[in-house]
Amino acid sequence: MSPSAPLAIARCATAPHAAERPPVLRERGQREVFCGLTGIVWLHRKIQDAFFLVVGSRTCAHLLQSAAGVMVFAEPRFATAIIEERDLAGMADCNDELDRVVDRLLSRRPDIKLLFLVGSCPSEVIKLDLSRAAARLSNKHAGATRILAYSGSGIETTFTEGEDACLAALVPDLPADRSGAASLLLVGALPDVVEDQFLRLFAALGIAPVHVLPARRAGAMPPVGANTRFLLAQPFLGETARALENRGAVRLDALFPFGADGTTDWLHAAATAFGIEEMHFRRTVAKGRARAKRAIAHAADRLAGKRVFFLPDSQLEIPLARFLATEVGMVPVEVGTPYLHRAHLARELTRLPAGTPISEGQDVDRQLDRVRAARPDLTVCGLGLANPLEAEGLTTKWAIELVFAPIHGFDQAGDLAELFARPLRRRAGLTV
Amino acid sequence: MQLTVWTYEGPPHVGAMRIATAMQGVHYLLHAPQGDTYADLLFTMIERRGKRPPVTYTTFQARDLGKDTADLFQTAARDAYARFQPQAMLVGASCTAELIQDDPAGLAEALRLPCPVVALELPSYQRKENWGAAETFYQLVRTLADKDARPTPREGRRPRANLLGPTALGFRHRDDVIEVSRLLETLGVDIAVTAPLGATPADLAHLGAADFNICLYPEIADTTCRWLDKTFGQATVRTVPIGHGATRDFIAEVAARAGIDPSHALDTSNLPWWSRSVDSTYLTGKRVFIFGDATHAIAAARVARDELGFEVVGLGCYNREFARDLRAAAALYAVEPLITDDYLVIEDAIQAVQPELVLGTQMERHIAKRLRIPCAVISAPVHVQDFPARYSPQMGFEGANVLFDSWVHPLVMGLEEHLLTMFRDDFEFSDANGASHLSVLSVAETGPASVSPAAVPLHHPADGPPPPAARGEDKWSADAERELLKIPFFVRGKARRNTERFAAAQGVATITLDTLYDAKAHYAR
Ligand code: SF4
Ligand code: SF4
Repeated sequence: MSPSAPLAIARCATAPHAAERPPVLRERGQREVFCGLTGIVWLHRKIQDAFFLVVGSRTCAHLLQSAAGVMVFAEPRFATAIIEERDLAGMADCNDELDRVVDRLLSRRPDIKLLFLVGSCPSEVIKLDLSRAAARLSNKHAGATRILAYSGSGIETTFTEGEDACLAALVPDLPADRSGAASLLLVGALPDVVEDQFLRLFAALGIAPVHVLPARRAGAMPPVGANTRFLLAQPFLGETARALENRGAVRLDALFPFGADGTTDWLHAAATAFGIEEMHFRRTVAKGRARAKRAIAHAADRLAGKRVFFLPDSQLEIPLARFLATEVGMVPVEVGTPYLHRAHLARELTRLPAGTPISEGQDVDRQLDRVRAARPDLTVCGLGLANPLEAEGLTTKWAIELVFAPIHGFDQAGDLAELFARPLRRRAGLTV
Repeated sequence: MQLTVWTYEGPPHVGAMRIATAMQGVHYLLHAPQGDTYADLLFTMIERRGKRPPVTYTTFQARDLGKDTADLFQTAARDAYARFQPQAMLVGASCTAELIQDDPAGLAEALRLPCPVVALELPSYQRKENWGAAETFYQLVRTLADKDARPTPREGRRPRANLLGPTALGFRHRDDVIEVSRLLETLGVDIAVTAPLGATPADLAHLGAADFNICLYPEIADTTCRWLDKTFGQATVRTVPIGHGATRDFIAEVAARAGIDPSHALDTSNLPWWSRSVDSTYLTGKRVFIFGDATHAIAAARVARDELGFEVVGLGCYNREFARDLRAAAALYAVEPLITDDYLVIEDAIQAVQPELVLGTQMERHIAKRLRIPCAVISAPVHVQDFPARYSPQMGFEGANVLFDSWVHPLVMGLEEHLLTMFRDDFEFSDANGASHLSVLSVAETGPASVSPAAVPLHHPADGPPPPAARGEDKWSADAERELLKIPFFVRGKARRNTERFAAAQGVATITLDTLYDAKAHYAR
């Protein structure tokens, strides 16, 4: 379909009740979003003995460098094997070259226990089979380094889908859980501090054992099996969920843990699945929930009634719009998402104010026309668009910060609201 | 395949973007997947431009491959023309589109758009950003320059020059253009066209009407200047006015080309006196390592040795296209030319020569920070700090002032050096405080630099290997170690490394007080 094709209004097929089906504007024009390689920027900090080797072009290397913030880390745990003319011309065999690069890398970094070969657009277009390469190299480096492959290419993945692909690649490799006892699996790369908060809450609730995917160490990846119940911490983990379900695990449906209500609902899904008594649940979460509400209240004064427009970026848009609408009283004018996972977001969608316009995909110039026409109080958008919109007099919030900053759970709910309040407060305060 | 951690240059289509974004009235249609749109942030975040770069990306996806990517391209071209109404359009492919071979040139031609269309062939798997910028500028000029344009007779008018090379995302290009324009104005030379920065396609048509060209940034404008010389017989002024001496040479060269009196350009630089004044004595022989694009690195070497009295102990560039120039310059300073874009090789080189100052790019700034060596940035690749709010050119007389300040500032200053030595045992004068005017050198600082245009994940600390100074400590005897601590922090790392190197060379197993002072005598100069 072409960028100028008429916009199709599609009906959401899987939403539970006809009355709750939101109208979804589906667009297939020019997109202004990162590709899945970008996930490496946070994933490589999360799994501390893993390394991410992108097999791609100079563009891929430049993207990572630009998204990571130029040269923040002297020698980070990611790199790019840049495909060159001689590889393409068949003068060098791509697989031999890859083996050579991996050997060099692993001899320099013997501390690496898990190596991801990350596919890119060029590696996919030339049909370089990285899964096979990973299997071959895993044999070669058996006992020292496990090697897996996934695609972060821009023709296959959008921004946070890179994390989804990475975690999904881990799943077939997870040990089988043969304990026969139910366990809870927390899925999604969260900042350590947030993860620890959740683990404390689950312990206080009396849920055990609780595992986390991804674990902080390659050797500590969680077991999975038919008794695994998992909670997605992020809305963009569709493939990972499917892979876990293939291993027999069962997803617990819940709101995503943003804000006081989202976090309560999310914890409650686990509590219910593990037969935790309701009174005990309420007592356990009461304090955190109250703290979250208090913290949100600070920002809510400024945000209530303000109109917010989400451009598609990370798939966090729908849960965040729900949070802003239900907990701080903002009015979503349009909620754009690169991809709408209807099943995982069904519960979120029912909480959005009725009739909230949702768009899936993008046609950036047309969408910007809508932004200009709507003149929202706050536009949540990518880094390429923020300053140009500010220069047009619109107030913006960089979406990427919502992916990098700790925003999940009770104790970050105030920070999350503050991320949206700050641009407005700043604009109001400046006299220049 | 080349294993790459950090890159000095983006892909060639980013170079093309720098040209399109610098100009007015040009639109670039780039056949590329969605992720390539990251390049917009270079301009909107790093350079803080208030407008999106004039680029439409086709953002084809896997499902489009093999059926309608060509369609997608044509529709995007038509839409982009209709929406932006450019005077000229660039069309081309990014690395991925190059592989699917849709032939942007042919597809665009078939559309018969009502404006000139320049099809770019930028081989992504061979070339890089600077080359892409140079090629794009050249192709635009070739297509748009009116071949019949010629200068009017010289009588009764001032000489006229084109100022060529400044782009978007260039290191201080914005201010260099202002400074050089002022300089030309005082000389009595009119600027016909400044390009690509600020120029329209219509401006490029008139290039042939100037008397001569000024090649401000050879990395960008050299190819174009050669073609203009061939086509219009326009000579090129090639001195790049970075530094006091080079600015004077530039004035002389312009004056000779223009047939005018150079004395009208007043030497307004403070650099000569600032450098001669006694406070600067301590700069003598400071060992400096220089790395950047060839033009800036070569210019910096001249300023460093001839105008500040430093000793050049390393000189290199990352752009091979100018390797020959750099080699010639390295010969002048009797150093090995370092021509590489491998960050790790450069890091090793810096570590090996242990300079007292690094003049480099943001990459070397980071290396220097890890090695606790003072550093100033002299060249692209750029980041947000390289676009200061204040006027800060590198070129011309004011540029020379800027160089003096920004290179000397990171060094521990004259008297302060002695004071730190005299009072190092004063508890309030702790080493950990560092130099009074330097926050960047604070010893406590080892974490990630907050330099990101994007949000840096601050909750994840950096985990780079420890600085080299921390290694090999077990070889030191207790009294030698204590003595080492009496040496001011800003030379302590060097003293430690020199002593260890000396000990290794002499086959000394344990470093004693004597070894320390023997080494000091050995390395004395
Ligand atoms: S979109 Fe494709 S080519 Fe571009 S950076 Fe991402 S993976 Fe690389
Ligand atoms: S910073 Fe202060 S102590 Fe150091 S040289 Fe300047 S005036 Fe002297």
